[in-house]
Amino acid sequence: MSGTHTGNPVAARVRRLEERLVAAGQVTDAELDAVLTSVLDGASPLNGARIVARAWSDAGFRERLLADANAALPEVGLSMAGGLQEQRLKVVANTPERHNVLVCTLCSCYPVALLGPSPSWYKSEAYRSRVVREPRAVLAEFGLDIPDGREITVWDSSAESRYMVLPQRPPGTEELTEDRLAELVTREGLIGTAAL
Amino acid sequence: MSDPAAARFAAGDPVRTRAFDPDWHTRLPAYARGRTGRIVEVTGSWPVADDVARRHERPRVEPVYTVAFAARDLWGEGDHEVTLDLWQSYLEPAEEHLS
Repeated sequence: MSGTHTGNPVAARVRRLEERLVAAGQVTDAELDAVLTSVLDGASPLNGARIVARAWSDAGFRERLLADANAALPEVGLSMAGGLQEQRLKVVANTPERHNVLVCTLCSCYPVALLGPSPSWYKSEAYRSRVVREPRAVLAEFGLDIPDGREITVWDSSAESRYMVLPQRPPGTEELTEDRLAELVTREGLIGTAAL
Repeated sequence: MSDPAAARFAAGDPVRTRAFDPDWHTRLPAYARGRTGRIVEVTGSWPVADDVARRHERPRVEPVYTVAFAARDLWGEGDHEVTLDLWQSYLEPAEEHLS
């Protein structure tokens, strides 16, 4: 990708690799930019929030979303086909009995199109190594206390599927429109490190 | 790519992950090697990441399963569960003695 880069060592390594590929005639800077633009264009947690708001408002959509998210996304004008290949999406619903939280212990797999670029802590070794082993303690550090009776599932993205959490609809929101409901949902809620 | 392998497992089946430590890239995390879990669902068939990373011209294409592991079977403690998406060749049938 052309343009400015941070002093981050990984960014510097990526840029050196890009320069070698460009010098070898394998790719141009413009082509790299086009790929990144198409992947990141519109990628935002607002997409995930819209999906959640529709699922809270429409029981039929919720059922279709949980059964086959890729087939349901076009109903809200979204898809997982923005990258080099369409990724499988699995949406996992929080309930009074079960809380879900996402991680990628091997690297940092993440549904970028629906949640935007991932937060730096999601890529940190501390989060990746600890949340699979002691999720209750890690979630408590995020300020999210899971009651003892509520079970926790940690979804470790290790292959071609990407995951998104469907938070529980908060009480007292019956009168809210879909747009207002979407405003309640945060990126952390879609990862499972916050209730909403 | 070769034709997809036939699905060997179904939802609910107990499976054990292979306890291998290959020299090459694999998507079976070290913490889940040689462990027993249960098939949640088949996610589809995909080229085996190990073959793709080694630039095999015809990577094996295998079913990928979501497998749920009890934390105590992974770490010896904990009351949660961890799910992983694993290629079929990472798995073998397990006896019915899951915790």
